Amino acid sequence: MTLGEAGQGGLTIEGLTKTFRPKSGPVFALDGVDMVVEPGEFVTLIGPSGCGKSTLFNIVAGLEAFDSGHIRLDGAPSHDRLGEIAYMFQKDLLFPWRTVMGNAVLGLEMDGLSRRDARERIGPYLERFGLAEFTDAYPDQLSGGMRQRVAFLRTMVQERSIMLLDEPFGALDSYTRTNLQQWLMGVWEEIRTTVLFITHDVAEAVYLSDRAYVMTPRPGRIQTVLDIELPRPRESGIEITDAFLGLERNLKAELHLHGTDDHDG
Amino acid sequence: MGWPPLVTVLLVLSAWELFVRWQDIRPAVLPTPTDVLDAMWDDRANLWGATWITLQTVFLGFGSALVLAVVIGVLVDSFGWVRRSIYPVIVVSQTLPIVAIAPLVVIWFGFGISSHAFVVAMYTFFPVAVALAQGLASTDQDAMNLLRTMGAGRVRLLLKVRFPSALSQLFTGARVAMSFAVIAAVIAQFVGAVEGLGIYMLTMKNALRTDLVFGAVTVSSAVTLLLFGGVVVLQRLVMPWYRPKTQGDAR
Repeated sequence: MTLGEAGQGGLTIEGLTKTFRPKSGPVFALDGVDMVVEPGEFVTLIGPSGCGKSTLFNIVAGLEAFDSGHIRLDGAPSHDRLGEIAYMFQKDLLFPWRTVMGNAVLGLEMDGLSRRDARERIGPYLERFGLAEFTDAYPDQLSGGMRQRVAFLRTMVQERSIMLLDEPFGALDSYTRTNLQQWLMGVWEEIRTTVLFITHDVAEAVYLSDRAYVMTPRPGRIQTVLDIELPRPRESGIEITDAFLGLERNLKAELHLHGTDDHDG
Repeated sequence: MGWPPLVTVLLVLSAWELFVRWQDIRPAVLPTPTDVLDAMWDDRANLWGATWITLQTVFLGFGSALVLAVVIGVLVDSFGWVRRSIYPVIVVSQTLPIVAIAPLVVIWFGFGISSHAFVVAMYTFFPVAVALAQGLASTDQDAMNLLRTMGAGRVRLLLKVRFPSALSQLFTGARVAMSFAVIAAVIAQFVGAVEGLGIYMLTMKNALRTDLVFGAVTVSSAVTLLLFGGVVVLQRLVMPWYRPKTQGDAR
């Protein structure tokens, strides 16, 4: 894949700034964020709570305006990105009144697909996502891990060239989390869309991504970019190799060097 | 500690029965519960006729109130000026006493069902509209943002997220409204009607048939209970995913 091809999922962010202005006084959320994400890359944003990661995602998704800077999709300046980028929020946001199938087809429904076509497109994935027996179940009958898988399925089948995943495994226990990380890698190896992924977890960042952007506390800025040059597909057991542990150590050092505090959010 | 509420009702009714028999009170003043049941059975044809009219009044009134409440609830939610300039007036209008308004409505619209239904609508519209407006306003912002990232505009946000997530509050409002829909109909009929439970009560009072006045009271509250139950059943059907929190689930 070459950089800048239309619809390939390349994303360029230049000098992005964002200040919130509530009555209590201005809050500088982002201060000159630069990022280059090439098509098909898996890129992680890591940083302390409140460093503006989610704000950055909201801006990239088109939900929020920004003060200055540029966002380009595949090299072209982009103004309204709503409907162009698939976004998986921190909360699973499954609609309690829709079944697993109903939730999974939501994005397709918004794209104007008929109910039947949408269900047909979901069908093949249900088995893969471990949801086949739960097609007609309501979300409150599902475990946390299953709910995240439904939310991911809903995001993935929109077939956008860029996916934003905001701490999708943040609320899960470590066992479920590890399982879902491996599962996500498996799925992603097949679809290879551009992914931007927010996490607090250093090991998760190293395991999943091609590159990790470390952000500073408010105002959010890119502090370091760390290339994760580990072979793909990432085999299980990779997390105890020297290369992995070295990268994990580097990333931790970056995060702690600048007095980041992970417990303020 | 405790027993089924039905037992309480039976205890009170038994005490009433015994007290009236023991004190030998005249039936025109206070009939016994068994007298009331007998009288109801004997006059069942008229009683049912009156009940049927009152039911129709309630359905017509509540039905129109529901439609109007959905329209107003959505308008209040969608437009700031409706919320600021019209909504407060609707809220204040609820202080108008039903007993005072009913005669005016009868003067304007006559003795027919539609006039009584109008009174029912006036008083059932409000709790439904308020519940819906609140439900719509309390929709999860992130859920709406999710839909916006999928390209949804205002109309689809309303239909796909806001309305479904306001449904349980809408039904709560409907239950509240239903609990006084029958009362509103009966009071409206008190003021002037040809048929219905209200005018039936008034006629029986004038004829010193206290037993049948009690009979009509019994039927009105039974109808309220049934309609209330109907709303609960309807909610289960419309919202199969919804599990109300009962005391047993309290954590």
